[in-house]
Amino acid sequence: MPTTLTQNRIQSAFDQAKLEGRAAFIGYLPAGYPSHNEYLQHAKTLLEHVDLLEVGMPYSDPLGDGPTIQKAGEKALQNGATISSMFESVKVLRSSSEKPLVIMTYYNPILAWGEARFMDDCVASGVDGLILPDLPPDEADTLRPLALERNIKLTFLIAPTSTPERIEIVALACTGFVYAVSVTGVTGARATGALHEVPAMLERARMHTTLPIAVGFGVSNRESAQAVADVADGVVVGSAFINTLERGGDLGALALEIKQGTRKPS
Amino acid sequence: MTQVLEYPALTLPNYPQPDARGRYAEFGGRYVPETLIPALQELERCYLEAKNDPRYLEELDYYLRDFVGRPSILYYARNLTEKLGGAKIYFKREDLNHTGAHKINNTIGQALLARRMGKKRIIAETGAGQHGVATATACALFGLECVVYMGAEDIRRQSLNVFRMKLLGATVIEVTSGTSTLKDATNEAIRDWVTNVRDSFYILGSVVGPHPYPAMVRDFQSVIGEEIKKQLLEREGREIPDAVVACVGGGSNAIGVFAPFAYLPAEIRPKLYGTEAAGDGVETGRHAASVNGGKIGVLHGSKMYLLFDENGQIIPAHSVSAGLDYPGIGPEHSFYAQAGIAEYVPVTDAQALEAFQSFTRTEGIIPALETAHAIAFVHELAPTMQPDQIIVVNLSGRGDKDVTEVMRLLEKVEGISH
Repeated sequence: MPTTLTQNRIQSAFDQAKLEGRAAFIGYLPAGYPSHNEYLQHAKTLLEHVDLLEVGMPYSDPLGDGPTIQKAGEKALQNGATISSMFESVKVLRSSSEKPLVIMTYYNPILAWGEARFMDDCVASGVDGLILPDLPPDEADTLRPLALERNIKLTFLIAPTSTPERIEIVALACTGFVYAVSVTGVTGARATGALHEVPAMLERARMHTTLPIAVGFGVSNRESAQAVADVADGVVVGSAFINTLERGGDLGALALEIKQGTRKPS
Repeated sequence: MTQVLEYPALTLPNYPQPDARGRYAEFGGRYVPETLIPALQELERCYLEAKNDPRYLEELDYYLRDFVGRPSILYYARNLTEKLGGAKIYFKREDLNHTGAHKINNTIGQALLARRMGKKRIIAETGAGQHGVATATACALFGLECVVYMGAEDIRRQSLNVFRMKLLGATVIEVTSGTSTLKDATNEAIRDWVTNVRDSFYILGSVVGPHPYPAMVRDFQSVIGEEIKKQLLEREGREIPDAVVACVGGGSNAIGVFAPFAYLPAEIRPKLYGTEAAGDGVETGRHAASVNGGKIGVLHGSKMYLLFDENGQIIPAHSVSAGLDYPGIGPEHSFYAQAGIAEYVPVTDAQALEAFQSFTRTEGIIPALETAHAIAFVHELAPTMQPDQIIVVNLSGRGDKDVTEVMRLLEKVEGISH
């Protein structure tokens, strides 16, 4: 395998999707949900379909998340999810997949673990990047050099409320990909059609970065995925997977359906 | 206008501001989703403008006097002073404010700011319900829509305040996520704000949260300490007491009496004591003592002393008092604690309940359970001081809201004899 691939699995995943005429498909599931072993099964199922997997580290106070991810995180924590068990899960997933694995959590778990220690454990377990919704670039002064030294990519978020100045600051701070939040709000599956603010936001961000830009919050099915894929380099889906698992539905089938929606208009 | 002459503007104080990133040394900051960053920048800009606008200050002064009833009385507690046999004890009677606590000083200031910014919908979190009532009151006064988030557990403990908010026209939303208390109500309020940030104003009730909230709430509450200076000068011929005592949850009433003294040179600075809710005792793990039992962490947008485990999960706070039942302490207090400017002492549920009852009988004032934590510590402090020394205690709120809960607790403790 060419060294560039192992050095930056994230960029490669976006490049590969583009070659296939698709936006990259990014899936999120909280580690340890609903239990450690079931999580591993579900994550492996998702890895058959997605281009990048976001591994959520559940947190007691997820103020950027809607009820679906809140409840899933609570369930995982009740069933014993810890930072150690999350890294164990990542190691297992890494042993059978070369797809990029990105941790999504909040800042306090990382502070509690120790920033340098957390970054070292990311390297040791095969994590490619980090997304921290409550850590804007302005507050990442201690984390950023630790991540850079270890080649752990950082993704920051832009939102429909972001001013041109903020979009520039965030776009320049990202090293993995840029995460654009589709609506003002928290995570959660929504009805489609709320994407009117996204194209201008992406256009503005592209003035400052060549990194791929993924759009998340609210994507739940093939149609909503298609709407995002029309304008973005990547489509993020989280709550819809949890809703399906809660209903006892078929995770693989939903992933397959949404993946069809990631095809770029020709 | 003649009113301008009748009500000369107070000046909001110019205490040291946090740095450009909203930091007090390492504490504070803006750890929030990007969606909120532009709103916080706008709020900071508008607040600084308002702070220097005589028209805003005149309005604030007018409502603090004629609606809130300021200045509040500085009361010499002769009975308690004689009983404890040490320093002279004064109480700053914030319990006599309209709505019964210090919280209204801040909600009037923020509601006026919301009106100035053209925001018609107000969001607030509440623990004991005092901030919720004060926010609902300001919203009724200024004709603003009001949505208050309150934990299910606190709704049970403070049903009277829930009804008051509803009477005032507020919508009270029960929060059942997490531990169903103040921290979860704050999470829900922030989620609402993230969703409705364009037309809603978040009136935060304590000196916590992302910059500029801690500095702004401090400025609004510091009217308490600034009045103490003037009143003490009249009564005792000096502005600066020897000790200042206040209870601390997030820390808004305490910052109101600390900030006017905190930046004085150490030689003339009074001893500043914040009483933390130690619940069943700091050693039991069931407490809300963030300085005495916590570490430096991040919650609700701010770096501060906080209760959390080795995985960074927030440990639910415990206190008999809903208003202190918060796992963190504001960034400026965290800075005072680290720099040795103020001392934070633990007071247990049992000590607070004892002080609640004895103070009521000694002085004829029923204090809030929150305030009872400060009073309990005064029982230890006053006898160690000299009769020519002065303690000022912030009587942050009245205890009417707590009587049913105290009745329930005392029946539980004394149940055998019934």
